[in-house]
Amino acid sequence: MPGERAVAYYDEDSVTMAVEAALDCLRDFDPKSVDGLFYASTTSPYKEKLCSATMALALSLRRDIRTVDITSALRSGTAALGFALDAISSGRSDSILVTASDVRLSPPSGMTEQALGDAAGALLLGKENVIAEVLDCYSVSDELAATWRGEADTFIRSWEDRMTMDESYSKVMPEAISGVMKKAGLNTKDLARVVFDPPGDVRRHGRVAGELGFDPAQLLDPGGVFMTVGLLGSAMSFVMLVAALEQAKPGDKILFAAYGNGADAYVLQVTDAIGKLSERRGYAKHLESKGMMRSYNDYLRWRDIVPLDQARRPERGHISLAANWRERHVDLGLWGIKCRRCGTPQYDYGGMTTTPIRVCAVCGAVDDFDDYNFARRKATVFSYTHDMLSPSLDPPTSVAMIEFEGGGRSLFDLTDRNPDQVQVGIEVEMTFRKVFFDRGLNNYFWKARPIRC
Amino acid sequence: MAGSIKDRVAIIGMGCTRFGELWDKGPTDLVVDAVEEACADAGVERKDIEALWGGSIFTAHGGRFFTEALRMQYIPASHLVNACASGQDAMRNAAYALAAGIYDIVLAVGVEKIKDEGMSGLPGMDNRTHTHAVATMPGVFAMMATKYFHRYGLNPEEGKTMLAKISVKSHANGSLNPKAHLRNVLTVERVLNAPIIAWPLGLFDCCGVSDGGAAAIMTRADKAKEFRKDPVYLKALQICGTPSSGRITSEYDYTHVEESYRAAVAAYEEAGITDPRGEIGMAEVHDCFSITEAVTMEDLQFCERGRVKDDIEAGTFELTGDLPVQPDGGLKCFGHPVGASGIRMVYELYLQLQGRADKRQIKNPKLGLAHNLGHEPYAPLCSVCIVGL
Repeated sequence: MPGERAVAYYDEDSVTMAVEAALDCLRDFDPKSVDGLFYASTTSPYKEKLCSATMALALSLRRDIRTVDITSALRSGTAALGFALDAISSGRSDSILVTASDVRLSPPSGMTEQALGDAAGALLLGKENVIAEVLDCYSVSDELAATWRGEADTFIRSWEDRMTMDESYSKVMPEAISGVMKKAGLNTKDLARVVFDPPGDVRRHGRVAGELGFDPAQLLDPGGVFMTVGLLGSAMSFVMLVAALEQAKPGDKILFAAYGNGADAYVLQVTDAIGKLSERRGYAKHLESKGMMRSYNDYLRWRDIVPLDQARRPERGHISLAANWRERHVDLGLWGIKCRRCGTPQYDYGGMTTTPIRVCAVCGAVDDFDDYNFARRKATVFSYTHDMLSPSLDPPTSVAMIEFEGGGRSLFDLTDRNPDQVQVGIEVEMTFRKVFFDRGLNNYFWKARPIRC
Repeated sequence: MAGSIKDRVAIIGMGCTRFGELWDKGPTDLVVDAVEEACADAGVERKDIEALWGGSIFTAHGGRFFTEALRMQYIPASHLVNACASGQDAMRNAAYALAAGIYDIVLAVGVEKIKDEGMSGLPGMDNRTHTHAVATMPGVFAMMATKYFHRYGLNPEEGKTMLAKISVKSHANGSLNPKAHLRNVLTVERVLNAPIIAWPLGLFDCCGVSDGGAAAIMTRADKAKEFRKDPVYLKALQICGTPSSGRITSEYDYTHVEESYRAAVAAYEEAGITDPRGEIGMAEVHDCFSITEAVTMEDLQFCERGRVKDDIEAGTFELTGDLPVQPDGGLKCFGHPVGASGIRMVYELYLQLQGRADKRQIKNPKLGLAHNLGHEPYAPLCSVCIVGL
């Protein structure tokens, strides 16, 4: 199959990618102003544990917010969007952050695997200064699923796609799109952009668009997201919508729809505020700053599809839930301190002792600190190594001592790096990653990476 | 400090096993072999020992490990776990008990049976939440080399060549030592072409990971001559702990080790040394990696900051140089069974001072200095021990 696909790095999963998208989305917003966080995915790392609660700490959101995971459905992103809109229009919330993220696996070497991509999108919903207003929505529920995974399945299963295309996608998608247009009193010419999920056989996407009477120019670079990033599961419609918004002008009406056991369709109208929104990486800049994988073998290793030879290194101990909980703000939120007496920012994830910091390393003050967050600060590489002895899914293990802008330093793993381009003095930024897995628990933490773009 | 250990305590017997991958030796063998040699050397029996301090970070668990191995009969025994300085801290505690007048004869012993662990190298750093960066020990010392090269304007080839000469020197010394783990002679070219372990450090920039044991029988200075004509006296033994701030504040430059420098300053004061380069005749330092030896030469004030390259090129630290360093091969070649290393260093200085170092014998060794560095360069625990006749 032609084109390119986005593949999550070995230390990414649907939670870390959702955090990455959310950080980009929240740029220049006060995270404390957000009233809720919804995480939509078919690839939650947990059957029983709330990922949005973990993400809320990484994003430094308030504690009195609504955190919800909406899982299993390929259209969980648009489902979450609907719940968020209902919460806001009912007056129960002013602002909700909705994320959709997926890292789906298909059995190796098949057509489905070639079609899949890994991605996340994030939308911040609110009442004021909106860049696009939701005009209407329409949903269709359908029992027929083209793909599924049972409780014990790692990989996607599917029925003969000719049948599911005919009886599912090709019926429910037009039904939802026509439904929302009729409800909103719009015809095809009123829409500046129409973005909707393609199915496994991407040709069906064009056929539906043609049958509905849309001009190819109304579609978003027809097939573009699919051909350059892949089929993105619950993140598909979000990523396509973000891509459409990046090209939109005030007044544009955008229709977007997601597919999976039925379909959800929305119509938005872009406002003047879009011109005032600060720059984000969004779709285009992330795509521009992509890195190329060396080989398919790396993919198989990163996704744990083929086992890695055991390193002759000591086993790391078990996760302590108690220690994780005690240090949740330090580890998940990357919170350190700023000493009130000497003003020195300090971050310490604990070398030998436990964190949080109790004694200032510069002036010796005890517990006389203000909280100080390092997650959104840039830093520079003070020194580094590429360690061949430390086991890694993408050797060498790159590690750097970094100095944060404004003060504070620490030793961090370097990720998304080209070893040849790491130098003393290069700028890095912090990114949320999966660092350890033990007995069903994921430990998430922050790594440094050369500034992406 | 109100007191000094200088000339109050003497070493009257020492023992050290061969270091290496001693597959057929267990922990008990290493303790018994080292202590038997030390007792025979001192002319005392195990029953004469009144108290012991044992250093070990992986192998022992409590003082009982040592009394059980030696079947010591109901004497006090303490286990010192103080990273790579565990052995020298055992000696320090033993020395202070003697200086306090509590005992006449005590034992300091260090042991490590690392090669039972089935791993390459030593464990890396980790914390309770597994968020610690996953660099190994070679990795965190490699970052010191990266920064040293950067700060002093050495390109990778110049920097690595400087470090290679350190390893070549230590292998030359180790080749003369029947108890050393690594006894092969190297060339600079071979060091430079070796596989990278943690950039910029290659295989031969890293010390041996070894099994071994070492022991010292110590007594008060006023009794020392009852045991032998040539006891070796402690002139200083200082340990410098760390606030671990090099990892979290910007003061630390990562091109020196503050705790090594401060342990040395304290030890020189304790020993009454004002010109370290002139007064110290030989040194066994903690060359866990070639870069560690390089910066340690500067931390011990043997040369100016950033200038160790000049002395390396002049051959100052070779066996025939002005200030021989690692005459026994060092951690690099003698090997590094962590808890035993500090005492092993003193063992070499002891033999040299008594003129018993065979092919490695240094002419007029004057005072000997032994230095340990535990943990990582930005948060280490360091010891400096000075001995003389």
